[in-house]
Amino acid sequence: MKSEATIFERSRTNRAAGAQVPEAGSLADIPSRFLRESAPLLPEVSELQAIRHYTNLSHQNFAIDRNFYPLGSCTMKYNPRGTHRAASQPGFLNRHPLTPVGVSQGTLECLFELQEILTIVTGMDAVSLAPMAGAQGELAGLLMIRAYHQSRGDEDRDEIIVPTAAHGTNPATATMCGYKATEIRVGADGDVDLDHLRQLVGPKTAGIMLTNPSTCAVFERQIVEMSQIVHDAGGLLYYDGANLNAILGKVCPGDMGFDVLHLNLHKTFATPHGGGGPGAGPVAVNGRLVPFLPIPIVGQRNGQFEWFGEEEIPKTIGTLSAFMGNVGILIRALAYSMMLGRNGMNRVADFATLNANYLAMELERAGFKLAYPTRKATHEFLITLDEEAKQFGVRAMDFAKRLLDFDIHAPTTYFPLLVPECFLIEPTETETKEQLDEFVKAMMQIRAEAETDPRMLTEAPHHQFKKRLDEVKAARELDLVWKPDSD
Amino acid sequence: MTNAPSDVKYTNTHEWARIDEDQRVVVGISDYAQNALGDVVYVELPEIGIEVSASQEAGVVESVKAASDIYAPVSGSIVAANEELENAPELLNTDPYGDGWIFVIQPHDTGELNALLDAESYVEFCESEDEGH
Amino acid sequence: MPFIPHTRADVSEMLASIGVSHVEELFSEIPESIERADLFAIPLGISEMEMLRVLSNRARQDELGPCFIGAGCYDHHIPAAVWDLASRGEFLTPYTPYQAEASQGTLQLLYEFQTMMSSLTGMDVANASVYDGGSGLAEAILMAIRCNRNTKSKRVVICGAVNPFYLRAARTLVGSQGVELVHCEHVGGRHAVGLDDFGEVAAVVVQQPNFFGLLENVDEITDWAASKKALLIAVVNPMTLAVLKPPGDWGEGGADICCGDGQPLGVPMSSGGPSFGFLCTRIKYVRQMPGRIVGRTTDSGGSTGYTLTLQAREQHIRRAKATSNICTNQGLLVTAATIYLSIIGLTGLSNVASASHANTRYVVDKLCASGLVSPTFDGSYFHECAINLHRDAQGVFDELTTKHKILAGFPLGEAFDGLESSLLVCATEKRSQEELDFFCRTLLEVLN
Repeated sequence: MKSEATIFERSRTNRAAGAQVPEAGSLADIPSRFLRESAPLLPEVSELQAIRHYTNLSHQNFAIDRNFYPLGSCTMKYNPRGTHRAASQPGFLNRHPLTPVGVSQGTLECLFELQEILTIVTGMDAVSLAPMAGAQGELAGLLMIRAYHQSRGDEDRDEIIVPTAAHGTNPATATMCGYKATEIRVGADGDVDLDHLRQLVGPKTAGIMLTNPSTCAVFERQIVEMSQIVHDAGGLLYYDGANLNAILGKVCPGDMGFDVLHLNLHKTFATPHGGGGPGAGPVAVNGRLVPFLPIPIVGQRNGQFEWFGEEEIPKTIGTLSAFMGNVGILIRALAYSMMLGRNGMNRVADFATLNANYLAMELERAGFKLAYPTRKATHEFLITLDEEAKQFGVRAMDFAKRLLDFDIHAPTTYFPLLVPECFLIEPTETETKEQLDEFVKAMMQIRAEAETDPRMLTEAPHHQFKKRLDEVKAARELDLVWKPDSD
Repeated sequence: MTNAPSDVKYTNTHEWARIDEDQRVVVGISDYAQNALGDVVYVELPEIGIEVSASQEAGVVESVKAASDIYAPVSGSIVAANEELENAPELLNTDPYGDGWIFVIQPHDTGELNALLDAESYVEFCESEDEGH
Repeated sequence: MPFIPHTRADVSEMLASIGVSHVEELFSEIPESIERADLFAIPLGISEMEMLRVLSNRARQDELGPCFIGAGCYDHHIPAAVWDLASRGEFLTPYTPYQAEASQGTLQLLYEFQTMMSSLTGMDVANASVYDGGSGLAEAILMAIRCNRNTKSKRVVICGAVNPFYLRAARTLVGSQGVELVHCEHVGGRHAVGLDDFGEVAAVVVQQPNFFGLLENVDEITDWAASKKALLIAVVNPMTLAVLKPPGDWGEGGADICCGDGQPLGVPMSSGGPSFGFLCTRIKYVRQMPGRIVGRTTDSGGSTGYTLTLQAREQHIRRAKATSNICTNQGLLVTAATIYLSIIGLTGLSNVASASHANTRYVVDKLCASGLVSPTFDGSYFHECAINLHRDAQGVFDELTTKHKILAGFPLGEAFDGLESSLLVCATEKRSQEELDFFCRTLLEVLN
């Protein structure tokens, strides 16, 4: 299939997008030892060439705006355009981060309102919007847990418990906070093994990180008992908000016993994923952790919105970015919350759960095997293609690649690892019943192909811009930057 | 059925260890391990001269989708590392017990090898791992 | 119902298929003992039109006149096409390109980005972004400690005029890993080489141009770091590298790791975020670099294509032993930056750099000619300059903001003791001649 040449191959010396080139200024006063001797490799193309090149590249992407994207744990729901418009207004876009608060009341009011809304939906006592992504929210959360223990002179706690099936960010974050991650077993029904938890907790336990619904896509039914066990041992509970879409407006993590959590606004609050980011990972805490919140936070004083920093929150863990996190994303999340309102938020979990349970049921009827057949689906569910793998010699990844030919993005594949040949499927509330039915049809057709002509799967995709890419070659023969002689 | 030659000993973390003529211990990963990892794309070798104790991390093997630590089967000092692997990590896949060796330990006590699994027990161990999965 | 497509008929059919009579039954596994959420304090939902009315009013409230603040966030012109393209649904709404065959657009774009950043910085490789300049510095510090096999020391020397906002964030982010950040005092706005003996050092961090806009003697500092067997971390503004010497060429051996914030490359100021951080390094350190990296390869039909590579470094595979916990990055901003660099091009970026320098110089010269203002520090500066107003700079700044809606610069007393009378000013290529003259006139009026 045709490859799109790189932008560098389209370059010609001395070509430029004339309307974009400002008049040069003099650099004569800068000593030459500070200046570069040869020009960097930057494109020299016309404006039209650049536009055509990147428009053509955009055609090679799957996206929510083009495709059903049932990617478990990622909540690929519709990203309302109105929120993009709201955040793209000049008053927001052109605001310098160091602008005084007196002339920034519009922006600060937005952030203050979002803090309030997130405090309510999480059932916690306070929120900081500072973290720039979920993983940074996790880091902030564990740093607060650490600060809490230290403030009580409880210095020996150096272990964070995570389920074996946890998101990779959980153990990675524990390490970044100087903690040791210990893993706790998950039972056959998808719930954490409580006896194992009882054995693991102790004077070394700083806390536990959990998602609920869990990464096994079921609601952790023993959460109240778990909270009791961990708290009794002196540890705190961290809630990984990746799966908050399942319970938005239903129950609050604060009421399940969690002390701190992060939200992924690019999941639950519909801000765009942008091909990998940006996200935003606000943290919400209960009273015992409020003194340690990352700064800045928006507060109110004398009828004016103000930044609260070290002065107001002297025990803060500190700042997490140069300025104030991903403000533009926070404004989008607020715009989304305003359109939903409390009535709309209630419906998010309802319809996300309805869609997931319907799809799970229809797939089961079509002969696919649910990983936890006795459990209700949450906003997502797991199927295992283990039998298909054994019978037809095709793997879950082959199903995934073949789905692309149906213009459906593959579900999350091989996560969590403890379910063999699995698909984690999250349809989200914004998909129609017709779309779900089409997915079931595609899966049935693919399984029929697996039986009669497995190469349709193992060599898939057939109708995309590329066939299957050689990842082994990519890793063994690293080619990470284009060079003039590399073609 | 995994290939497990009987002239080497095995760990339950899937390294093999062989005593060479100079009473040094050559270490690699088993056929079972390379098969589970898939195409190896990178091997991080230990530095020559460092001391390792048994079960301590002494390197990393990476495939596209996984990374796995290599543990020293016995205590001692690292006296050689297979630099061929820097350019040809695929040797771990094609010849795990031969050219795919990873490093050599000068052991403090060759007796530590007795604690490792023989081929028969190792094959049984691998089979139980498969069932557990 | 906003964003929910279900008709009543759909709902009945779906419930029937599941075999329940009401959606609420689907939540039966949530224990009764957990209280149901009470959202009453959140207002009812409103339409897009109403939402835009409210938020437009707030946005308008925050509109101001010309901006002369830099301090890590810069008001450059962004070609119209940049965000028209970056806002296409195909760039705005995909996930991380894990399914390479369905993500060639983003992947090729990232490969082009890596190429541009590597070339601008003079380094071998770049990653596909971290969150921002501050978190980028933190990642660079942790990476340098992992890379430096000459020492077990976790001490890192920070030159005095490194962006204090980056440093503050880095302190939080690396604080619980036993890293010791030794912040030097600047001497006349710059780093003075060899004044102190720091013992064994894992890395040295220097910023060029530094926070005061001054040009550091980076060649000397790089060689000094090398002589101490420390890695050199360069914090840079990528826009300036169109004309300034790239970190890869500093001193005898060049910098080892290069980081910074990509905001000047087509990203709106947007209150400081989202922008993106970048990391570049030598090829020998690539496996210690956190964040996503794209590689070029071939598909099974032999055609050139792109895929994420070196993923075994990352949290989703390496878990507790990953190079970082970073997962989500700042992909959309990198998309905008790549398109920006393509449209603005080689000549354009060089001219943005030189015009920004010339505009700042014009303002500084004109103000200093009045005799009311003098440069705070001597020496060459790039497109920012600290000027001494010989009175409380915060007061002058406040007056200019409230009375004239001009953001006159960053009052340095907020971040540096002893610089209370200094204002850090920046005039980018976007400032017109009228704005430059208006700024000088108004500032001098206030000072008079």
